[in-house]
Amino acid sequence: MIKLLNITKVYEKKEVVKDLSLEIEKGKITALVGENGAGKSTVLSMIARFMKVNNGEIMLDGQSIRSIKDLEMAKKMAVLKQMNVANVKLTIRELVELGRFPHSKGRLTAADHQAVDQALEYLTLHNIQHQYLDEISGGQRQRAYIAMVVAQDTEYVLLDEPLNNLDMRNSVNIMKILRKLADELGKTIVMVIHDINFASAYADNMVALKDGKLIRAGTVDELMNNACLNKIFGMNCNVQDVCGDKVCVYYKSS
Amino acid sequence: MLNSQKKVYIWVGILFFIALSAILLYLFHNLGPNPGFVLPRRRLRVVSMTVVAIAIAYSSVLFQTVTTMRIFTPSIIGFDALYMFIQSVMVFFVATGGYFITGVPNFLLSVGIMIVFSLVIYSLVFRKGNQNIHFLLLAGMILGTVFSSLTTFIQMLIDPDEFAILQNRIFINFNSVNEDLITVATIVMISAILMSLFYVKYLDVMVLGADAATSLGANHRRLSKIFLLIIAMLVSASTALVGPATFLGLIVTNLTYQLVQSYKHKYIIAIAVLISIIAVVGGQFIVSRVFNLATNLSVIINFIGGLYFMYLLLFKNQKASS
Repeated sequence: MIKLLNITKVYEKKEVVKDLSLEIEKGKITALVGENGAGKSTVLSMIARFMKVNNGEIMLDGQSIRSIKDLEMAKKMAVLKQMNVANVKLTIRELVELGRFPHSKGRLTAADHQAVDQALEYLTLHNIQHQYLDEISGGQRQRAYIAMVVAQDTEYVLLDEPLNNLDMRNSVNIMKILRKLADELGKTIVMVIHDINFASAYADNMVALKDGKLIRAGTVDELMNNACLNKIFGMNCNVQDVCGDKVCVYYKSS
Repeated sequence: MLNSQKKVYIWVGILFFIALSAILLYLFHNLGPNPGFVLPRRRLRVVSMTVVAIAIAYSSVLFQTVTTMRIFTPSIIGFDALYMFIQSVMVFFVATGGYFITGVPNFLLSVGIMIVFSLVIYSLVFRKGNQNIHFLLLAGMILGTVFSSLTTFIQMLIDPDEFAILQNRIFINFNSVNEDLITVATIVMISAILMSLFYVKYLDVMVLGADAATSLGANHRRLSKIFLLIIAMLVSASTALVGPATFLGLIVTNLTYQLVQSYKHKYIIAIAVLISIIAVVGGQFIVSRVFNLATNLSVIINFIGGLYFMYLLLFKNQKASS
């Protein structure tokens, strides 16, 4: 379980996260939602140790993340931030091999190769595994990065806007894969996501932030209602039941 | 996949053979009637050229991986400009009645200053906690300009005799190597390489950028600092021996990337070092024995390097901009 205790982050004298306390449930998909600048990505970066916390403590399975060694941390938690193509020519398979780095430190064993094969299989990338990252489509590239995370074989997976720049079909595809990772492999997934309806359809829990403060945390059902969404996004939201999912209609909101 | 690995081994073999033949040719070609006199001098030169070649190739690969920019060399953040500035200041003090530091103390002092400089530049950039490599480059570029302007300024002030001393030190010249510095520069280079050996494996993930590297268990911040230190030592060693020649690093590294499309740095470094040795020793052989010193190796390197750089910018640009 990831536990945030009274987290504060100050950026150029501005508090971007204020006294935030939060528990993230194991084995579930948790979506961080909120406006631009609400502090979602900052929270994710702090859990990932990309940024230092100014105040407070983040606990991972009862241990402060500050006391965990770098390589140990990388065996517990995988983070995917930007999916931009690296500046090197890498094939899909090579990228996924890099996901084994915390385990192999660069010398891949038979077990590592097997894990890479499984990850490629899992993301249905094995047919194109020798293609270069800059020669495939955005959706395939995103799957390649997620395969890297799968190969890293961590209990926790953090994702920052995994659907960024993806079309509808690829978005659905990615979300289904993430759902599978949580259900079949028992991974705890935390993601920042802007499309509230994707969060509603695929996440278990939602955490809503505004101006660096927690507005509400709970299950999707608890948060997907007009009053709550109005407060989170500061606009009129109209939540409807469509085909068993709660869908927020906001396109012509006043 | 096995195939590409095999290809790398074949290239290492071929390049090793060419590099070795270049060295042997340089040593034994046209020895003349007096090998007892010629050979030790040639040996000294080959050693220093090899040290320079290794230091340039290695520091460029490290710098490009740490910054994830493949068209840069350490000179972009002013490393060799600083070295020249230090030399100019030291010569300037002769003119003003101070004492002139030469030889090994001069070199060690310069290495020390370079290391301090790399730490200063590092803390400048990482102080605020944002690991912005572009800011590092910008700050370094400006400092580099400041150093070279100050160097020019000092050169205006000193008298022509002293300028001649300086010229010998700061203009790249593969013909007249600073022979008194070979031992100490070699030691500095070897210790820099030994220091880096433990960290080389992390380079493979550092190419993915700071965040991804951190996620894979590489402490990007600490590693950047260590590699900047190592780069400072390597650049000092090569600049002390022949002057600022990091442009060679650009050619060597990019030829390497074209030759082997591998992300594994142990291969990249091995091949870059071999190409570098071939370029320097082989090039010097051709310049001194074929052209009979009618031209200078640095001129050739700058000419070819300039053309190659334009080729990279014009035709390989799609990747850099995406």
